[in-house]
Amino acid sequence: MDINVTVNSKPTSADVEPRRLLVHWLRDDLRLTATHVGCDTTSCGACTVLVDGTPIKSCTLLAVQANGREVTTVEGLATNGQLHPIQAAFKEEHGLQCGFCTPGMMMVTAALLEKNEDPSEEDIRWAISGNICRCTGYQNIVKSVELAAGQIKAERADATTA
Amino acid sequence: MFPSRFDYSAPDSLDEALATLGQRADETKVLAGGQSLIPLLKLRFAAPATLVDINRIPGLDVLEESNGHLRIGTLARHNQLAADSLVGRRYPTIASAAPQIADPLVRNLGTIGGSLAHGDPAGDWGSVMLALNAEVVVRGPTGERRIPIDDFLVDIFTTSLNEDEIVTEVLVPQPEGSFGGAYLKLERKVGDFATVGVAVHLELDGDTIARAGLGLTAVGSRNIKPTNAENALGGNKCSDELFAEAARLAAEAADPVSDVRGPATYKRAVVEAYVKRGLAEARDQARARAGRT
Repeated sequence: MDINVTVNSKPTSADVEPRRLLVHWLRDDLRLTATHVGCDTTSCGACTVLVDGTPIKSCTLLAVQANGREVTTVEGLATNGQLHPIQAAFKEEHGLQCGFCTPGMMMVTAALLEKNEDPSEEDIRWAISGNICRCTGYQNIVKSVELAAGQIKAERADATTA
Repeated sequence: MFPSRFDYSAPDSLDEALATLGQRADETKVLAGGQSLIPLLKLRFAAPATLVDINRIPGLDVLEESNGHLRIGTLARHNQLAADSLVGRRYPTIASAAPQIADPLVRNLGTIGGSLAHGDPAGDWGSVMLALNAEVVVRGPTGERRIPIDDFLVDIFTTSLNEDEIVTEVLVPQPEGSFGGAYLKLERKVGDFATVGVAVHLELDGDTIARAGLGLTAVGSRNIKPTNAENALGGNKCSDELFAEAARLAAEAADPVSDVRGPATYKRAVVEAYVKRGLAEARDQARARAGRT
């Protein structure tokens, strides 16, 4: 089946089998391998991407369901070789150890900060509760999200005063 | 894991969806949120020849009060119900259950109609709708049926929905008088199925219980409506003794099995504790609402 999907702002057309999962289309066909397959059973959130701005598990959506929609993966965060503030914050606060869950964590963070620029610790923990991290104990992930939130808020304030 | 091959159609009208479904109803599955169906396809517990995706049909996510009911469109997502202000003000049992379903990512896609049609006895909506005496509206080739939720839920993964029918709406009676409700869920971690879930709905006239609704999750081969407990409550004045008696009757109606989430005796004890706790919470909410008017 022919599909047209905007992937990381780029119009992308493909002929895919209806049974192809979105995550496999992204990783194996488009070679966007930042999105990880963790559990493959809708449990871990490592495969989280944004579809029309909403975070979903790309192992539990068919690629054909994304037809006509906008998909954003971690590859879509950085601009002109500059880390996105969320990426910079995860680096700064050491919000990862093995890094396997990190793409999913960053995508739910992006969706959270789009809706809530000043999240409380509870808001953050609630937002990432569908994403499993086996290394960090979550503390540094929460700190990373807090730092990113402050950073993005400050940038927005600069942009409005400039 | 990959699903086996299937034909896929994503019609933009219900009539078209029903026509496709009608061609080979026994070999076709309807795709709503897909958060249970796609895992089943991947595990090949289900291998339909055709998938009818209803997500592109406009109007199936309606959420409004009309003709004495809250109309919930079949495609209403769990997160939509969790965030809706009308639901928050008037349907506390729904508002309490929605954010406890699965995890935030699943809630962005999972739908109320899909969840009910899946018929999982560990599903949360079945209990909520039993407590609220909801009806399920379904459309088939010969027209529309309204099925009381207690008749809709039949057995494990089995509902009275025919193969050639699609769930279109859930109708919840509007609450009367002062009301309160809650959904109490015990889960080992976010995203796990309920060890036990209890839905409670109360409508009070003064301090007399005009209507009591209960539903039990994950303690039987389907969501259970403990009618003996509801009948014991109806028409009586709120008291801790009455709530304790109703909780005992509800625990009697539960039929849990021992598994990795705990022994049956433990689950039955949780039902009793949660019914008691949920009734007290619903009563307090109802009293607070009565105090405000």
